Amino acid sequence: MAEAALRVDKVAMHFGGLVAISDMTFVVGEGEIVSLIGPNGAGKTTAFNVVTGFLTPTHGEVSYRGQVLTGLKPQQIASLGLVRTFQRTSVFPNDTVYQNVVIGLHRRGKATLLSSILGLPGARQSEAASRREAVQLIEWIGLGRRAHDLAGSLSYGEQRLVGVAVALAAEPSMLLLDEPVSGMNASETHTFVQLIRKLRDRGITILLVEHDMPMVMSVSDRIVVLNYGRIIAEGPPDAIRNDPAVIEAYLGQGVKHA
Amino acid sequence: MKLAVSIAAVAALASVPLWLRDPYLLNALITTGIFVIGAMSLNLLLGFTGQLSLGHIAFFGIGAYVSALTSLGFDIGLPGGFRIVHEPWPPLAGFALAVLVAALCGYLVGRLSFRVRGAYFVIVTISFAEVVRLVALNWVELTQGPLALTSIPPMQVGWPGLGEFVFRTKLHNYYLVLGTAALCYLLIARLVDSQFGRAMRALMENETLAVSIGIDVTRTLSIAAMVSAGIAGAAGSLYAHYMKIIDPEVFAFINTVTMVIMVITGGKGSLAGPVVGGLIFGLMPVALRPVMAPEAQWIAYGGILIAILFLMPRGIVPALARHFPRPNPAAPEAFANRDAKESA
Repeated sequence: MAEAALRVDKVAMHFGGLVAISDMTFVVGEGEIVSLIGPNGAGKTTAFNVVTGFLTPTHGEVSYRGQVLTGLKPQQIASLGLVRTFQRTSVFPNDTVYQNVVIGLHRRGKATLLSSILGLPGARQSEAASRREAVQLIEWIGLGRRAHDLAGSLSYGEQRLVGVAVALAAEPSMLLLDEPVSGMNASETHTFVQLIRKLRDRGITILLVEHDMPMVMSVSDRIVVLNYGRIIAEGPPDAIRNDPAVIEAYLGQGVKHA
Repeated sequence: MKLAVSIAAVAALASVPLWLRDPYLLNALITTGIFVIGAMSLNLLLGFTGQLSLGHIAFFGIGAYVSALTSLGFDIGLPGGFRIVHEPWPPLAGFALAVLVAALCGYLVGRLSFRVRGAYFVIVTISFAEVVRLVALNWVELTQGPLALTSIPPMQVGWPGLGEFVFRTKLHNYYLVLGTAALCYLLIARLVDSQFGRAMRALMENETLAVSIGIDVTRTLSIAAMVSAGIAGAAGSLYAHYMKIIDPEVFAFINTVTMVIMVITGGKGSLAGPVVGGLIFGLMPVALRPVMAPEAQWIAYGGILIAILFLMPRGIVPALARHFPRPNPAAPEAFANRDAKESA
């Protein structure tokens, strides 16, 4: 395995008496595609929220490229290059696709407030650079045709793509995708899998939460299986497919050979 | 196109005193103009971050008092036998201090209340305005309390020895207010169009997503509140030096309500909205006075307000803008063209 990018170390997350995650430890290596799977309520989205700073873990520690993330706010974690997308569609609905991506470029903008107000050349250059990057990114992800439509008016699948484009605009070194293909049809899913591979080829590490098993099996390097807030299995797709604990979690006891 | 409209509007407004000689109407235009600046500052918060400041007049009033006291001088005793004696400074220094102090107050109020936002921000701003009003009313040694600060000198630019200009007449003040309003408009337009403005809009539309791509909520909103309060302070300073007298009534809640009405009817979130709404509701009492009894005027005011909100719920400017749709190039070749044009 490559050098570790993300380390989740003995993390627990309690909401009052409810234990969403009891003890979770896993590592994602640089450039890897790792999937986090498990039945509904297994704690997958909670794990995402802990990693990206939307929740503070009750115990344990998350670190990215050696930096401990505990106590950092979501926007600070984003500035470290760890960027997520959301389970439900999440775009800026009243802005066009193009404007969405320009907003996503926030972290890269170099212009200070004062220089923008005074219209200094530096600010203008930074703005022009943002616009060019936004156009490139939109073409790259295949939304060029939709660039000037309001994001809220697009189809579900297209909005997911906008969400990924906004996240990519924030220049992640690691991207966390929360159920990106749920609600997509087969051909949209197929396109999305290719997109994930292209992202990895750009050097972006990927952690994926997904229910679509064929998709997870085809795209992942490794799979981490959660059930009731605990990791019950971890390994490459072939091993996971035949793991008795996983089969039991998904299909119930008594079925030995799924 | 937008620029041409703005220049035409400023030119038209600049020509008003050439054909309008009535000092009463000119006075109404000046006070309306000052309130339009206040409404523009409120719109920066309400229209572009979605945060409602119901104590916005506090920043206006702080600007007015700071500017007046700076140019009048004061002599106050503090607990422990200290005395602070301030000799009068030029009104322009008062203007600058008014902007700075109001901006600082805006930043602090924002910083304190934006952790919790929404209704909390509304309550904190109302309370802040009331506290400031009570201080102005009761710290008689500094503010003269209900006796008002009087003989405030007119605004003045220049440097001793290098020539000075005093804004003595209504005509002078008209152009002073118009110039300041145009500058504030430009400042807000630039701000809203910048990376910072996009961050504000992103927070209003989808805060979770905005945070996830690295936008700092508290910082963005506090800076917006700071700029907004600073502009309101500038308007307050102009008010003090034009009226030459201010009392704690300047902090009255109705003044904030008037600004909110100007913003909402004109169209919150539209740059020209507060200007249009402000001119309509600032000048309406003047227009209604010759034709109606005072009681009927307020009924008409309310009736017109309801009619506007009923017919154009998003405000006048957005409603009109719908009739002049901007070209919306959705085809891929248009996107490529746009790319070429913008990188040129």
